[in-house]
Amino acid sequence: MSSENMNLTLKVWRQRNGQSQGSFETYQAKSVSPDMSFLEMMDVVNEDLIKGGKDPIAFDHDCREGICGTCSMYINGRAHGPVKGVTACQLHMRSFIDGETITIEPWRATAFPVLKDLIVDRSAFDRIQQAGGFVSVNTGSVPDANAIPVAKACADEAFNSAACIGCGACVAACKNSSAMLFVSAKVSQYAMLPQGDVERKDRVIKMVSQMDEEGFGTCTNTEACEAECPKGISVTNIARLNREYLRAKLTE
Amino acid sequence: MGSMLKMLNSSIGQKVIMSLTGLFLCSFLLVHVSGNLQLFKDDHGLAFNQYTVFMTTFTPIKIVSYLLYATILIHAINSLLLTMANRKARAVGYQSRKDPRSSSWASKNMGILGTILLIFLITHMANFWYQYKFGDTPWAEYSVDLNSGMVLGEPIVIEGEDLHPHEYVRTDASGNEVNVVVVKNLYAVVKEAFTQPLLVVLYLIGMIALAYHMVHGFQSSFQTLGIRHNTYTPLIRGIGIWLFGIIIPLLFAAMPVYFFLQL
Ligand code: HEM
Ligand code: SF4
Ligand code: FES
Repeated sequence: MSSENMNLTLKVWRQRNGQSQGSFETYQAKSVSPDMSFLEMMDVVNEDLIKGGKDPIAFDHDCREGICGTCSMYINGRAHGPVKGVTACQLHMRSFIDGETITIEPWRATAFPVLKDLIVDRSAFDRIQQAGGFVSVNTGSVPDANAIPVAKACADEAFNSAACIGCGACVAACKNSSAMLFVSAKVSQYAMLPQGDVERKDRVIKMVSQMDEEGFGTCTNTEACEAECPKGISVTNIARLNREYLRAKLTE
Repeated sequence: MGSMLKMLNSSIGQKVIMSLTGLFLCSFLLVHVSGNLQLFKDDHGLAFNQYTVFMTTFTPIKIVSYLLYATILIHAINSLLLTMANRKARAVGYQSRKDPRSSSWASKNMGILGTILLIFLITHMANFWYQYKFGDTPWAEYSVDLNSGMVLGEPIVIEGEDLHPHEYVRTDASGNEVNVVVVKNLYAVVKEAFTQPLLVVLYLIGMIALAYHMVHGFQSSFQTLGIRHNTYTPLIRGIGIWLFGIIIPLLFAAMPVYFFLQL
């Protein structure tokens, strides 16, 4: 790990609002510590901009520990930057080299319109979730262990799928801006558990139909989503989504 | 039924159409390549020409072939619709796009590969299918020794109105029984066509496109149908790469090369 501070050139997408035409602006990030996170580096650049009386770069962030999925940023051609399995807030500046030019763009998807600079409107995901990504009845407090038997393999798989943080990197990475990985994770996490089983057909039909309505693309199985997902959601979920959807439609 | 039709309108439904039509086309490739292997037989094209008669006159096969033309149309039109919808979903692109290495080139270029295949298919149909059905494919009369089964030399070109495929047995001057077979000589058309270097190159390009289309497409169609399994998925991928992506395109490609080099 190098401890030398770095000087970087940033090429950042700036766009006043959803209606305006955006463009790239170039900024210098001076004396950046390799131990900073990517967002901390952005904070430093923004401090300078504010001091100079300029509009700081707008970017989304919240938890800064890789669990909220807010920090959407397309860095040097990759969703959340060059390191596998992390969000932009968990990306450290030591993953870059001194003197490098870093290009930063917002997620690009018609269903995720740019609000300002790097911030996009990801409420399409919320509407998909609201269309069926829940269990309708109050399931009460924690039941006795083993009162409802769940196979270990199912529990593990459901848990893996539930790790999705709704960050949208899958959409950003897909050449078709398809939301299949996200939707498949949300459908899977319920379909494999007894609590979710009751509404599984209704759920998958409603969520897919909302996904289509939002204008996401279709899945060509390029598997770019899986490679860029910070939570390691597997495309096995997409096969399960296809299966769930076909079964629901054929037996409706 | 209404629900089924609506399903086919959804994003997943459209992909299911791609998958089912694609798999049907794969099954056709298998039949087509096996049948055409008869081009390599050292019999002046008799077996190939007889096979052609069977393929164009046997009613169940005729029905399947019309189904096949419809399938190609549906697959191509639907791929255009999907590609357009996918473009619309990414109206503004990235400046610095770097795709992860795990996502294959073929998977990202199915539209281009398919377009090359479509151009190839149209040329291919014009060259042979149209020639056979409506063009002036010559008629040939083969003589086959009934005892040895040997084809007795090059067939004789015959002309006339209202010719139809038939065969009969004749005894020749030295008392041998000879089977006389009269068929349209598509073999001669094939042989002649592949003396043109440009056509051979087009066929080779077509087969390269087919190879890449299959390496991604075969396994992709199973994923689309929701078929994924720890044991069987690697097997499906293997069949997609080796059988449909390598062996079949190579066998097809060997046909124009065989005639061009007059092997
Ligand atoms: C012998 C001919 C062909 C065969 C065997 C074939 C087979 C296949 C298969 C198995 C798939 C995978 C379906 C899936 O992902 O579920 C596929 C996808 C595709 N095919 Fe073909 N195909 C052929 C010709 C064509 C033609 C002529 C076109 C276009 C004009 C075309 C365009 C496409 C496209 C764009 C896809 C990707 C669709 C997507 O995933 O978004 N194909 N094909
Ligand atoms: S599937 Fe992965 S990349 Fe897509 S939203 Fe969920 S966590 Fe993000
Ligand atoms: S800010 Fe919460 S995941 Fe990055």
